[in-house]
Amino acid sequence: MLSLDHVHVAYDGVPAVVDATLDLPDGQVLAVLGPSGSGKSTLLRAIAGLEPVGSGRICWDGADLAGTPTHKRGFALMFQDGQLFGHLTVARNVGYALRLHRVRDTDARVRELLALVGLEGYADRLPATLSGGERQRVALARSLAVQPRLLLLDEPLSALDAGLRERLASDLRDILREAGTTALMVTHDQEEAFTVADRLAVMRAGRIVQQGDIAEVWRAPTDPETALFLGYARVLDGPEAAVVRAATGLAGDGPVAVRRSALVVAAAGPLSGVVLSARATPEQIRLVVDVDGIGELDAVAPLGTHPGAGDRVSMVVDASRVAVLREAG
Amino acid sequence: MRHFRAATPALLATGALVLTACSTVGGGDGDSGTTKDGEPTRVVLVTHESFVLPEDLQAEFEQQSGYELVVRASGDAGALTNKLVLTKGDPLGDVTFGIDNTFASRALDEGVLAPYDATLPEGAEQYRLPGDDDHALTPVDNASVCVNVDDTWFAAHDQEPPSSLDDLADPAYRDLFVAPGAATSSPGMAFLLATIAEYGDDWPDYWERLMANGAKLTEGWSDAYQVDFTQGGGQGKRPVVLSYDSSPAFTIADDGTSTTSALLDTCFRQVEYAGVLEGAENPDGAEALVDFLLTPEVQAALPESMYVFPVDAGVELPEEWAQFARQPADPLEVDPAEIAANRDDWLREWSDITSR
Amino acid sequence: MRRTLTLVGLAAVPLAVLGVFFVLPVAGMISEGFYVDGQLDVGAVVEVLTRPRTVRVVWFTVWSALAGTALSLLLGVPAAHLLHRRRFPGRSALRAALLVPFVLPTVVVGVAFRELIGEAGPLGFLGFDGSAAAIVAGLAFFNVAVVIRAVGAAWESLDPRPAEAAAALGAGPAHVFRTVTLPALRPAIVSAASVVFLFCATAFGVVLTLGGLRYSSVETEIYLLTTNLLDLQAAAALSIVQLLAIVALLAITSRLRAVADPTLARTTARPPRIGRGDWPSVAATALVLLLVGLPVTALVVGSLHAGGGWSLDNYRALTTEGSRQALLVPATTALVTSLRTAVDATWMSLTLGVLVAVVVSRRSHSRTERRARGLLDGLFMLPLGVSAVTLGFGFLITLDEPPLDLRDNPLLVPIAQALVALPLVVRTLAPALGGIDDRQRQAAASLGAGPVRTFATVDLPVLWKPLLAAAGFAFAVSLGEFGATSFLAREENPTLPIVIFHLIGHPGAMNYGMALAASVVLAATTAVVMLAVERLRVPSLGAL
Repeated sequence: MLSLDHVHVAYDGVPAVVDATLDLPDGQVLAVLGPSGSGKSTLLRAIAGLEPVGSGRICWDGADLAGTPTHKRGFALMFQDGQLFGHLTVARNVGYALRLHRVRDTDARVRELLALVGLEGYADRLPATLSGGERQRVALARSLAVQPRLLLLDEPLSALDAGLRERLASDLRDILREAGTTALMVTHDQEEAFTVADRLAVMRAGRIVQQGDIAEVWRAPTDPETALFLGYARVLDGPEAAVVRAATGLAGDGPVAVRRSALVVAAAGPLSGVVLSARATPEQIRLVVDVDGIGELDAVAPLGTHPGAGDRVSMVVDASRVAVLREAG
Repeated sequence: MRHFRAATPALLATGALVLTACSTVGGGDGDSGTTKDGEPTRVVLVTHESFVLPEDLQAEFEQQSGYELVVRASGDAGALTNKLVLTKGDPLGDVTFGIDNTFASRALDEGVLAPYDATLPEGAEQYRLPGDDDHALTPVDNASVCVNVDDTWFAAHDQEPPSSLDDLADPAYRDLFVAPGAATSSPGMAFLLATIAEYGDDWPDYWERLMANGAKLTEGWSDAYQVDFTQGGGQGKRPVVLSYDSSPAFTIADDGTSTTSALLDTCFRQVEYAGVLEGAENPDGAEALVDFLLTPEVQAALPESMYVFPVDAGVELPEEWAQFARQPADPLEVDPAEIAANRDDWLREWSDITSR
Repeated sequence: MRRTLTLVGLAAVPLAVLGVFFVLPVAGMISEGFYVDGQLDVGAVVEVLTRPRTVRVVWFTVWSALAGTALSLLLGVPAAHLLHRRRFPGRSALRAALLVPFVLPTVVVGVAFRELIGEAGPLGFLGFDGSAAAIVAGLAFFNVAVVIRAVGAAWESLDPRPAEAAAALGAGPAHVFRTVTLPALRPAIVSAASVVFLFCATAFGVVLTLGGLRYSSVETEIYLLTTNLLDLQAAAALSIVQLLAIVALLAITSRLRAVADPTLARTTARPPRIGRGDWPSVAATALVLLLVGLPVTALVVGSLHAGGGWSLDNYRALTTEGSRQALLVPATTALVTSLRTAVDATWMSLTLGVLVAVVVSRRSHSRTERRARGLLDGLFMLPLGVSAVTLGFGFLITLDEPPLDLRDNPLLVPIAQALVALPLVVRTLAPALGGIDDRQRQAAASLGAGPVRTFATVDLPVLWKPLLAAAGFAFAVSLGEFGATSFLAREENPTLPIVIFHLIGHPGAMNYGMALAASVVLAATTAVVMLAVERLRVPSLGAL
């Protein structure tokens, strides 16, 4: 189990990670989510032993790692762009750590790993001949080869295009589950985090502002900024929030974060408003509605209905797409 | 491709092994130069880069004296002298050879040398350094720097060759003279001294006339003689060059006569000395070597190995030397003490005149 | 903390070597100048600096070195393009041949050059002899190889795609070169230029031989002051000028280098054949060939002349001790000595160079660290800019007491040569190492590779090629080194340049011929070594 205890990391005198405390139990996948410059990569590098820790402790199973150099930590690190060794074949890249640990029957294990990441038959290719997605799969196989105590993933998918990213994210989740790997993934993409991870830590300006089970964090962002970063479209406060809370029956008195699809046009909804614009997508119709008592807000309507600008509609609130925040912004 | 990569470390390792096998590191002898009871076993000779002692003579010395001879040769006479001055008190060796009469005063003034009164061979007394009353320096050889002329060139051009320093500034001999510079070469310095001996305080005036008459200056002797002189190794265009009194012995044509001759009224004599270094670890060996340099065998070998005349008048010269290398009877002279006192000023003034 | 300790540890060995064999002797020599009869006398040193002659000498040194550097770049950069980015028969032989001037002893080159441009030479009509133009040409002759090597190596590994992209956007070849290629090559060009400038500014024989004594540079002046006049005050003053100038130069170049530092994207594509658009590089290469080839040809022709006709007698004589026992050892023995010394100098400078390059090229974690690395980088460039005379005399007066009683040590010569070659080695290796994405090393470390293994996996494959190039440089520098070598106490075995110097310094057609023949042998040996290095590089080309 990885545990961070009040870790501070400064880069060239400027604090990059401030007072980070978190735990990662074995077998779980933690996503550290944050905008660029939030210090999440520095945190990962500090865990890997690549950045000196200013104060605080990084421990594995209770043992302080301060004196342990990177190569003795037993953590594998996978970069955004793979960082395969260009002069080695796919098989030799994957088998690299195996050879270091003098594992017997390397070839069989390499084949197994390549099968795991879906790259059978790629053993003799050179990295330069692979596509971006293939390279990341090789990098993943290489990282998993010696079953690291902890796998550190630094934006593993963000260099890939959208479709590939989605597919690879679910593959990654399956592979990590199958291998039973404890992993810490740094990302700025909440979809990716949601797909791959069990737990989530949100970082902003060097601090971990919220952490916990991924669904919980999702349901209850700690503050408006976190909510917006987690993909909520708007954060409502005061009387506007009260209108939504009333319509949903949610308890509490904090601000309310709503997703774009939280308001759904329905015949007898508690809310009503005037449609400002409508746009059809393959799954539903996206509206912008001037909601009574709130103002301009996104809403959706099922396909087959035809709300147009100027129409008056009534709406229900999908409670799973609304979150009551613990604190105001 | 992959096989090559895999082989790379092995290749490097093998290469490293092969390379170290032929390095000089393994060759260090670790010889401290003394026996167990502190008796010196070797003599270290500090000399200039032109020093050559034939192998059989070196062996003979080692056999006679019982010491191993270690030669440390580097730089020219000036560098040698100044090196000895700088390392005074902790000398680089036991004995030195190669300080000449243009640098001797500095060595004496600085107390670099220990007195040693070697028995000089016949005729060598005249080469003693004036003012060296303690006999710290023992003359070993001499060679005079003289203007040389290409007689065949003048014959072909139906012209009388020049015969004096004055002639070199004569418009009849315009653009015919080449000499190494005084600041950068030892014969060049000797030539400057020759003109100072000849003209006294008027020497700058002479040099101005000389330069105005198209004299060419080069960095060193080899540049002047080998490149610009008509009888040098290359295809030079100038038939008058500054060289040595022995040079005509090296330009023998097929008919057995020399194509060049030295102008004996233009000569400045350089004498090279040997001496025991003050603070030598092995003064006995040092004295033995000084004596050895004066033996007839070494004296006889000097012309062939170092292109200089022996100080021993009784030694027979090689045939070409006896025939063509004539020595000046009455060379131009400047007092060594005066050289030591004025070298700096003279060179500065000379540089100013010649680089105008 | 551990990281810092490791880096300090790595730097310690080269620093110690530099300290003992450079800083100590040079400081010793300079302080000799400051202390007159045991009294500190700064005024006398300052007075030297205000002499009109000093000012003139410094000015000449600066402008001649600038001109020499400019000419070397002007010819070398296009030639580097042709020799490293185009394919044609005989390419590697040509590359090796162009490195030959780099090792020729100046005294021989001086003679060869003057045979050409002297009054009687085929180019005598140009009136170059004894002019500043001849000096600049001579400087370029020696240094154009450095530009070709250093820039060529960078060019070879440059990703061609940005240039292709620019061409696709409608940029003509000249425009592509100016806007894409040149900025990418700038670090390499600046590196090469700074090294060449230092070589030019400290050139010794070229200035004296080709300048006909009318010109003095700082280097020649220090030589004269030290060996002839023993005016150590003036020599110290000029040495300080030299040191300050180098520091300034290094500060400027490190800034220029830092502007654009492309990550080396190594390409595997075979270079294309020469096309019509390559005429500028072909023309420049032809000029370089002329500049390098003519004096060398003069040498070869001269060496084949003996006894009034064509003959190989001069070469046969090399295995003897000269017609009249003019030499202590046959030239062939001297060649072996030269090669052995060069091997030592090479492994020394490579060992030190790799350590220094590793330390200076690693990513810094703080500004202080970055500064420290920059300083270190500059420190190892200093030996290039200090007179061999100062160093040589400094050895004698400082390395004379235990535990540093080293002045008679036979290793002193290779060590001095290694120090001279070190800046070139570092300049060749550091950019390659700096171009490696640090995350490659981190990836290896995270997979369990220790520092040594990481170096072998990540750095060595990239370093392999520049390492060979650097080895070639070091070997060549050592083979041709004359200045420091001739000043150091040497055992009975002289190196070939010293034998050549000895031969050419005495009258007699045979000696002259032998000197030329020995020079040709030295040049040919260098060319063969370089060619061997080129051959070794070929298989690695596809793998990197």
